[in-house]
Amino acid sequence: MMARAAARAALKKNMNDGIHFSISFQDLIFGLETYWSKQGCVIQQPYDVEVGAGTMHPETFFRVLGPNSYRVAYVQPSRRPADGRYGENPNRLYKHTQLQVILKPSPANIQDLYLDSLRALGINLREHDIRFEEDNWESPTLGAWGVGWQVLLDGLEITQFTYFQQSGGIDLDPVSCELTYGLERIAAFLQDVDSVFQLRWSRDTSYGDIRLPEEEQFSTYSFEWADARRTREMFDLCEKEAQAILAHRDRAAKSSSQRRAPILAAYDFCLKCSHLFNILDSRGAISTTERAALIARVRALSCQIARDYSVTNGWMESESGSDEVTSSRQDRKRQ
Amino acid sequence: MTDRASLVFEIGCEEIPAGLLAKAATELKAILEKHLEANRLLVAPVVTFAAPRRLAAISNAVLLAQTDEKKEVLGPPKSVAFDNVGQPTRAAESFSKKQGVPISSLYTTMTPRGEYLAARLIIRGKTARELLAEILTRAIRELSFPRSMCWTGKKGARFIRPVRWIVAVLDGKVIPFEFEGVASGNTTRGHRFLAHSKNIKITEPKDYLSRLRSNFVLADAPERRKKIEREIRSIAAKGKWRVHEDPALLETVTYLNEYPTVIRGDFDARYLELPWEIIVTVMRDHQKYFAVENRRNEIEPHFLAVINLDKGRAGLVRRGHEKVLRARLADAEFFWQSDQKRRLADYSEMLAHITFESRLGSYRDKTERMREIARKIARNWFDSGIHGADIGAADRAAQLAKCDLATEMVREFTELQGIMGGLYARSQGEDEDVAWAVYDHYKPVGTEDTVPRNLTGCAVSIADKLDSLAACFAVGIVPTGSSDPFGLRRAASGIIQILLEKNLSMSLSTAISSAAQTLGSHAPKIKVPVEVENKVLEFIGERAKYLFREKYGFAYDEVNAAMAASADDLVDVRNRILALRAIRYTENFEPLAVAFRRIRKILEKAGPDCGRAAAVDDALLRADAEQLLHREARSLAERASKHKRTGQYKEALEAISELRPTVDRFFDDVLVMDPDAAVRKNRLALLAGLLKEFSTIADFSEMAAEEKRDEPSKSLVR
Repeated sequence: MMARAAARAALKKNMNDGIHFSISFQDLIFGLETYWSKQGCVIQQPYDVEVGAGTMHPETFFRVLGPNSYRVAYVQPSRRPADGRYGENPNRLYKHTQLQVILKPSPANIQDLYLDSLRALGINLREHDIRFEEDNWESPTLGAWGVGWQVLLDGLEITQFTYFQQSGGIDLDPVSCELTYGLERIAAFLQDVDSVFQLRWSRDTSYGDIRLPEEEQFSTYSFEWADARRTREMFDLCEKEAQAILAHRDRAAKSSSQRRAPILAAYDFCLKCSHLFNILDSRGAISTTERAALIARVRALSCQIARDYSVTNGWMESESGSDEVTSSRQDRKRQ
Repeated sequence: MTDRASLVFEIGCEEIPAGLLAKAATELKAILEKHLEANRLLVAPVVTFAAPRRLAAISNAVLLAQTDEKKEVLGPPKSVAFDNVGQPTRAAESFSKKQGVPISSLYTTMTPRGEYLAARLIIRGKTARELLAEILTRAIRELSFPRSMCWTGKKGARFIRPVRWIVAVLDGKVIPFEFEGVASGNTTRGHRFLAHSKNIKITEPKDYLSRLRSNFVLADAPERRKKIEREIRSIAAKGKWRVHEDPALLETVTYLNEYPTVIRGDFDARYLELPWEIIVTVMRDHQKYFAVENRRNEIEPHFLAVINLDKGRAGLVRRGHEKVLRARLADAEFFWQSDQKRRLADYSEMLAHITFESRLGSYRDKTERMREIARKIARNWFDSGIHGADIGAADRAAQLAKCDLATEMVREFTELQGIMGGLYARSQGEDEDVAWAVYDHYKPVGTEDTVPRNLTGCAVSIADKLDSLAACFAVGIVPTGSSDPFGLRRAASGIIQILLEKNLSMSLSTAISSAAQTLGSHAPKIKVPVEVENKVLEFIGERAKYLFREKYGFAYDEVNAAMAASADDLVDVRNRILALRAIRYTENFEPLAVAFRRIRKILEKAGPDCGRAAAVDDALLRADAEQLLHREARSLAERASKHKRTGQYKEALEAISELRPTVDRFFDDVLVMDPDAAVRKNRLALLAGLLKEFSTIADFSEMAAEEKRDEPSKSLVR
């Protein structure tokens, strides 16, 4: 008992000195989830379709639309095929882990809430160089953009902080705040290791033990093995399926089955398209003109989905409805 | 003075992008002064400050209230206002009521339309307190930013980042108003983590900077800059280093920190094996660190970071920064090695996947066009006997120039484009001349930048820029106002700077034609009509005029005169400007210029074809003065053109100016517009011939008279 108390005291002293108790990767997740849970967030689970960023999780893409308040936090493993380095680069990963927080509407003390989350991890902010540097964010495939900062801790980018302005091509009202923590980087800072693969994931297991094979194999796949023709076919198929759902939904509009119309399923196929596009891209299989065209196709899906979702929920009038709505939408586009 | 009071205004904000702060402070000053002036409250200039979390304005003297205004209001005509016995009518009564002035105080006044009833009103001035609530709110709304945002909702206000507090104090008391749910007050906030108290009371301008300073915010940018410079110097001196100068970086860190402090960090000396360009770029662009050099101009394995704290505590911050830099340098080292697993030329395949512009093809297409144009330029120089012109080297350098766009290093650090290609080329044993040409081919990147160091680099740089200009103009991408996404102004200026600074004669029209032809014969095979070629020529000409004036310091009329004569070879233009400048203040020249302006006016008045094309008929020359002029002009023209052929423009101009007495005599003795049409026509032909003959070096009629000449140079100073 005494020993444990002494250890705790030593730990506390270390923290006060600014020397961090080396918390594990999973402790970091627990810490942030606990903190944001106390701020009233729903703690969600990662989405089970491949995504490139936490923003693509339906808990962000759909929740930021419409007027309803919402707070959510979740971990989202995010795949970026072009960033894969076969596990050889200490900081670059095919799949990295984001912790995403959405606060809707964004509260006036949002920066303080964010800084408190760092304090909750045991970071003494008076001892460190914290900085908010301009960094605006845009996702052409989601028709989404926002303004904000990257947050730097002693020169290390640890969080993307964004005031969401538009998603699925729709102006957001109210404005949501999105915080995206780069968990590997924060953990590497807290554990003071040079390579993410050296991170302690749990008490006894390293990040490398768990993730290295994935990095090696998926890098090989997306850079060398992915079959461009088949990948393109899969892209076309997923797009067709999404389009089919959306077309069917149009016919079902205003009927009693509207609530069951599977917009969410269409969105899954849109996400698959986005991921398949990323694979083609990392494979170097996309020509200049095709690139812009493919992005536009995914974007067309995501914008249609966002509109249909808004219509279903009564936040927007149906496209085939009054001319007034159509023209006001065009106005917005022009802006 | 009791009618004056001090004003403190601060917009407290979440971190404003560093690059926008300086301009915002200037704009805030202008907006406030404009509104204070318009409301008759301005006495002293407004002083503004900008730091990441605040834009502030103070004034030691604004008027506490507007002065009262006297005003006369006209009522009904006298005839309507009074009845025939001189008693006020109902019209007069209602006027009195409306203006709130008793009938006894009304009076009649004479106007151009007759006599009218009038009232004298005194309009009470409003107090500054009433007016400022409105003025300050408007100031926040009127500040303009690129990419502003909303934070309270679609209908809410827009600003660069959310406004979180407002200080608005007049004469020690709060000016109450609300902006986007934030109520104005008299407390500001200090440094996020170091401030002694959460709310810092500000009641007077003199407290503003000092109270913030004691709470670790330096609101005044020059004070922050000086602190950074002082600390950089002191740390560098200790290590016997010199900082790698970087004014843009200094400006950035000045506006990125509320309490900047410089700390030193080290990195592993093994990274010094990387080219210095990479080390400096990694440090500057990703981490905003200054590099240091030793006396031999070699990079030392240390860096200077500017942090937003009062000191680097317990070495923690330093360790953090060192670690981040280590990872960055490891990345760069990885790129440096992995990029070189292939030869630079092998990346040209991948350029097919990098778009230049959707209609203009990929960088691979651009490369092929650049090769063709660069070869032609180099051949031209070679044929003119210019030392160092090498067609093969120009072709090879153009072939390699864009390859680095496909390398990992340039994809990560775009500002290393060109430089990386040059470094890779050199380390892979390419010819030195070729490697430097690749390295330099984006130069000059601004009017202050140097031009490529060797002729091959100049050829590739010009080829690249000519292709961009011709190609973009061909598909309708033409710079307008502030929009110039392909940097075409810079491209045009770059061509001009290279030609002038390297003293390279080149026909612009021929070069543009060759770029246009290349675009037609190479992918994506776009036909460039002659009008487009002319537009490009005109565009470059306009840039040349601008540079001759603003960069090379020539008078605007000298430039216009020389370029009006011919603008195809800029080195030649410059020689002609120099000759013009040398001769313009001589006895004969100025009056001759006046005479030429007169000739031009006469010809313009006479109409476009009157006599211009016609040859002079000796038989019709009646007056002595015109015969003399005709003779003199012919012999002088011969002399002048002899000088011109050998490039002796000054001598040529001197010969021309000898014509002055003859021209003067002509105008004294001869009436051009003779009643006899044939004589008249012949005289006009004589003058037209004169103007044409002597305008090949410079169009003298463009020369401004003495007193007008200084006007545009004033705008230069500004």
